[in-house]
Amino acid sequence: MKRLVAWAAFIGGCLYFLLPLVGMTEFSLKMRRGEYSFDAYARVFGDPRFWETFGYSLTLAAATIAFGVLLVVPTAYWVRLKLPQARPVIEFITLLPLVIPAIVIVFGYIRLYNTSSWLPLTGSAFGTDILLTMGYATLALPYMYRAVDTGLRTIDVATLTEAAQSLGAGWFTILARIILPNVLVAVLSGAFLTLAIVIGEFTMAALLNRPAFGPFMQLLGANRAYEPPALAVIAFAITWGCMGLIQLVTRFSKHERAKA
Amino acid sequence: MAFLELTNLEKTFGSNRVVKDFSLGIEKGEFVSLLGPSGCGKTTVLRMVAGFETPTAGAIRIDGQDVTGLRANARNIGMMFQAYALFPNMTVADNVAFGLKVKGVPRAEREARVAEMLRLIGLPEMGGRFPFQLSGGQQQRVALARALAPRPRVLLLDEPLSALDAKVRVSLRNEIREIQRELGITTIFVTHDQEEAMSISDRIVVMNGGIAEQVGAPFQIYNQPTTRFVANFVGTLNSLSAAVVSPEAGQVEVAGQVVTLAKAPIPARKGDRVTLALRPEAVRFGREAGREVVLPATIAEVHFLGSVIRLTVDVDGTMVALDTFNRPDQPPPPIGLDSEISFAAADVILLSDA
Repeated sequence: MKRLVAWAAFIGGCLYFLLPLVGMTEFSLKMRRGEYSFDAYARVFGDPRFWETFGYSLTLAAATIAFGVLLVVPTAYWVRLKLPQARPVIEFITLLPLVIPAIVIVFGYIRLYNTSSWLPLTGSAFGTDILLTMGYATLALPYMYRAVDTGLRTIDVATLTEAAQSLGAGWFTILARIILPNVLVAVLSGAFLTLAIVIGEFTMAALLNRPAFGPFMQLLGANRAYEPPALAVIAFAITWGCMGLIQLVTRFSKHERAKA
Repeated sequence: MAFLELTNLEKTFGSNRVVKDFSLGIEKGEFVSLLGPSGCGKTTVLRMVAGFETPTAGAIRIDGQDVTGLRANARNIGMMFQAYALFPNMTVADNVAFGLKVKGVPRAEREARVAEMLRLIGLPEMGGRFPFQLSGGQQQRVALARALAPRPRVLLLDEPLSALDAKVRVSLRNEIREIQRELGITTIFVTHDQEEAMSISDRIVVMNGGIAEQVGAPFQIYNQPTTRFVANFVGTLNSLSAAVVSPEAGQVEVAGQVVTLAKAPIPARKGDRVTLALRPEAVRFGREAGREVVLPATIAEVHFLGSVIRLTVDVDGTMVALDTFNRPDQPPPPIGLDSEISFAAADVILLSDA
C-alpha cells in the first residue's frame, strides 16, 4: 500500500511538472498548420536581436559570475575562518535581495547613480552595464553565497589554511590554490544559477534600458504566438544544460568524489 | 641559549588565562613532548610557536631570531595536524611539493626532493594518488613528508596519531622518531597519551592549568614526579595514607606497620598524615626478597591483560593496583583471596603536596 502511494505521488509529481512543458513544446512545434515543424525555432534563431541580446546577457552573466566569485568566495571564507559570530548577519544581508523587489533596487540605483549624481554611471552605456552587473550580482547573491558556504562546510577550512600557512603560503595562494579548487563545484553551481538568473532577468535590464535577453523575451511574447514558447524551451534547455554541466564537473572531479 | 627558546609565554582568551608564564628551552635536534590533559594549554603553546596564536606576553626565539611577531607563513616551521590536513584537490606528490612551490624551488629540484621525501616515508609509488585513496596512516605519513619537504627549522606535531588505530599509532610513532633522528630536526610533540610521550621523547613537559608542572626525561618524570598531579597523570599510581612517626628518621606508619622511607627527614611533623605513592610495578603479590614492607591484602579485582595481570587488592580499606606477569602454568588468583603484598621502602614516593 505504501509503495502504491509512493508511486502515485511520484507519477503525480511528474505529470504536474512535465505536462505544461510537453504542452508548451508541442505548441511551439505547431507553427506550420497541420504538421509539426521547427519553424518557430528557426524564426527565433533567425532573428538577429536574439543573438544580440543573448550575447549581451551572456557577457554580463560572465562579468556577474566573475564579480560574484571575487566577492563571495573570500567573504564566505573569511566569515568561516575568522568571524563565525558574524555569520547570521551575513546570511541576513545575502537574503535581502529575495525580500527587496528588483524594481526597488533598480530605482535606488537610478537615483544614486544618475547623470547628476557624484558617480554618474547611467551617463554612458558602459557605466550602465557596470550598474546592471552589480544589480545582477545582488540578485544572485543569495544563491551564490549559499552555494559557496555549503561548499566550504564540506572542508576543514581552518586546518587547511593553517597547513598552507605553515608551508609558507600567503592569503592569495591559500584562496587560489587550496580553497577555490576545493569548493569549485559549489562555485560552479552558484555560477550556473547566476547564469540562469541573468539570462531571464527583465526588470533591471528594462528599466536601465539595456539590450538584454529578458526584455527581448518579453517583447517577443507580447507580439508573437509560437516564438515565445520556443524561446521558453530554449531557456529550459540552457538551464538543464547548465545542470548537466554541474553533474559532469562533479563526476570528473576526483577529490569531490571523495567528499561525497 | 637553546635553539628554540620560549620565554615567559602568556596567552589569555578574554578573562581566561590559558598559558601562564611558560618558559622552555629546546636544544637543536631535541624531541620534546608537551603532555597534559585536555585544556591544559599544550596546544596553545604549540600554536603560538607555529604563529597561529599571538602570545599575550613573552617571547619566542628560534636560532636566536625573535619570531614572536612574525606571521605563520614566514617562520619556516613544519606542522602535522591531528586531522592530517592534506589538500584534497592535490595528489600526494603535489601535497609534498606545495611548500617547495610556494618557496619558488625550481621544478627539477622540487621533483627530486618530493621523490626523496616519499622514499623517506616509505611511499615512493604513491605520488600520483589522491589523499582519499590512502589509509589514515598513509595520509599522516604524507603529512609528515609535506611538513619536512621545505626543510623547516622546527617540526610541530599536534596530536598527529590520535585519529589512528592502536597498531598504526605505535608503528607510526616509531617511524616519526626514526625520521626525526635521521634528519636531526628540533621537534615539539603535543599529546595527551603518556605512553606515546614516554616512548619517543628526549624530554617531556607535563602541563596542567597552563603551567609546566615538571620538565624532564621520561625516566625522571615517571620515577621522580615532583608534584601530585604529575605522579597521578603519568602512569598508574597507588596512594597510601600514612601517619608520620618520626620525621627525622623518615618513619611513617602504614596499615599498622612502621616503614622507614629512603629519603629523610620528612617535611612534616610527628602525627601528620602524609600520602605515599607507589607504582603498580613496585608492588609484588606475596612476599619477595628485597621488599621489606609486607602488608596484608585481599584480592578485590583481577584484570587479565595478556602478558600482564593487573590485580587490585584491598589494603586496610585502600585499593592498591599491582601487576604480575602472566604464567600459562599458573591461573590468576581468585577474587576474595586473603594474601599479602610487599614493596621496598626505597620505591615509595612521598608526594610534596601531601
